[in-house]
Amino acid sequence: MSLNVEWQRSDYSRVPYWLYHDPDVYAREQELIFRGPTWSYLCLEAEMPEPGDFRTTWVGDTPVLVNRDRDGTIHAMVNRCAHRGAAVCRHAHGNTKVHTCIYHRWSYDLSGELIGIPFQRGIGGQGGMDDDFDKTEHSLRRLRVACYKGIVFGTFSAATEPIEDYLGPMMCGHISRLMCKPLRVLGYQRQSIHGNWKLYLENLRDTYHASLLHEFLVTFGLDRATQKGGVEMDARHRHNLTYAHAGSDSDADAKAAYGDHQLNSDKLTLRDPRLLEFRQEYEDDRNLAISTMFPNASFQQLNNSLATRQVQSKGIDAFDLVWTYFGYADDDADMTDHRLRQLNLFGPGGLVSMEDAEAIEIAHRASRHEGPDAAAVIEVGGKGEISDRAYRVNDVPIRGFWSYYAELMDIEPEGAVR
Amino acid sequence: MIAAELRFAIDDLFADYGACLDNDRLEDWLELFSEDCVYKIVPRENAELGLPVTLMLCENKNMLRDRIVSLRQANEYSVHTDKHLITNVRVKDTTDDGGYSVEANYTMYQADNEGSGSLYSFGTYIDEVVHDGDAVKFRRKIVIVDNWSIPHMLSTPI
Repeated sequence: MSLNVEWQRSDYSRVPYWLYHDPDVYAREQELIFRGPTWSYLCLEAEMPEPGDFRTTWVGDTPVLVNRDRDGTIHAMVNRCAHRGAAVCRHAHGNTKVHTCIYHRWSYDLSGELIGIPFQRGIGGQGGMDDDFDKTEHSLRRLRVACYKGIVFGTFSAATEPIEDYLGPMMCGHISRLMCKPLRVLGYQRQSIHGNWKLYLENLRDTYHASLLHEFLVTFGLDRATQKGGVEMDARHRHNLTYAHAGSDSDADAKAAYGDHQLNSDKLTLRDPRLLEFRQEYEDDRNLAISTMFPNASFQQLNNSLATRQVQSKGIDAFDLVWTYFGYADDDADMTDHRLRQLNLFGPGGLVSMEDAEAIEIAHRASRHEGPDAAAVIEVGGKGEISDRAYRVNDVPIRGFWSYYAELMDIEPEGAVR
Repeated sequence: MIAAELRFAIDDLFADYGACLDNDRLEDWLELFSEDCVYKIVPRENAELGLPVTLMLCENKNMLRDRIVSLRQANEYSVHTDKHLITNVRVKDTTDDGGYSVEANYTMYQADNEGSGSLYSFGTYIDEVVHDGDAVKFRRKIVIVDNWSIPHMLSTPI
């Protein structure tokens, strides 16, 4: 199977719409990206502290079972019985000594080894498997696992570079900042968005939209294009960090840039402004720092709301977004309440995030039946070279996403920018 | 056993609640809550695990007011029409200060701007209802969402 993509430009400032809507593209993404030489976010170590703790998740659309073995090691394997392909573990989470498929009760230990086949030798010498059936050849397919600062990552490929090299200094720095102390998981949100998964990965790399689509951010000064901030990427431009400093602009600066009609800050006030309160927790005074990791996760701090987001592709037209919220183990009750209150800002109903799903769904719907020449325009912050920006009005990291995507998919144009 | 009039008043409260939301009368909906109210939407998963994360958390009526103001003035969301069906109302108990613990099931359908629709949300209300002047109002409403992977997005309250 080969794909022929006519890129209009080698710097990815034009992206053909059909790439979001083609079944062959999707199949290839599963093989070359999600099951290729990339690390995917699986879960947090804090979600499975005890031996036998397990969670089920997805890498792309492959079902994955993650658990902690008796010696503390974390294993991940495809959650699909070696016998007839049924999901071995049907629960979202739990604790067990052994995973047993309900269909014919084949069972696997916590490392994925097949350890039990009922009636393997039949009954009374009749039935069962032939003598040459070798259980050791039928374990669950294993992923390589790496833990970094309490985050569990998995990869299907033997060729994937070590996790710290894959993340690079920029992502390692951001993750170390966010995961600076033992965590306390506060709970989950989930949403099913009817759009192609890549639209969300782009959304997370698009600083330009944040202060235009999300009017709440602008109105209440949480995130404005006039603030000090910018984007940083890793050396390969596959991951990105968007950041901003609260209070680095004034309402007057914002008014001059946005114009009176766009800014309601003097007309609207919150009756309970605790929602906007920022308590500085790190050495720097960034109130917004959201990083996005290729291909499936984001790690966020906005004020004191902390979370991971995981993208699970569900075919061309849909993906699930899983939000895992946390605080630190040493938070007092007041800090926990503060984080829970600020959670109103995020998730499917978040005051600064609800619009993303709508934007993705209308983009997905309206671009579906376009011909091969129709393309998205991605050149805010300039064309050509892909590099960091120390200002907010840009979508350069989207081009970074596509450059690495094209490399993995083997569809780079002549003279491709990387 | 509560008086029939009170039972009717609680049924009417639920009916008004659904009608306000279904007709985009969010400001009227607000007035179905007492001043010291709490309103939460909670994924069933978190409720079962004892985890505190919500989909929406208003710890007082001012936070509810802020939600409505934000929806009206500072959010963009899907063009939609809701229909609430609220059933199985159970008045479970009286509280120490003369209120009532009440539970009910809900289903909520949502239609889009092209007339297509689907079941958007279903679950349970775990409420506290109190006398407020001549009326009864919600002092606590906890919406436990069974299908907690929210389709599309969550904008107007459930």
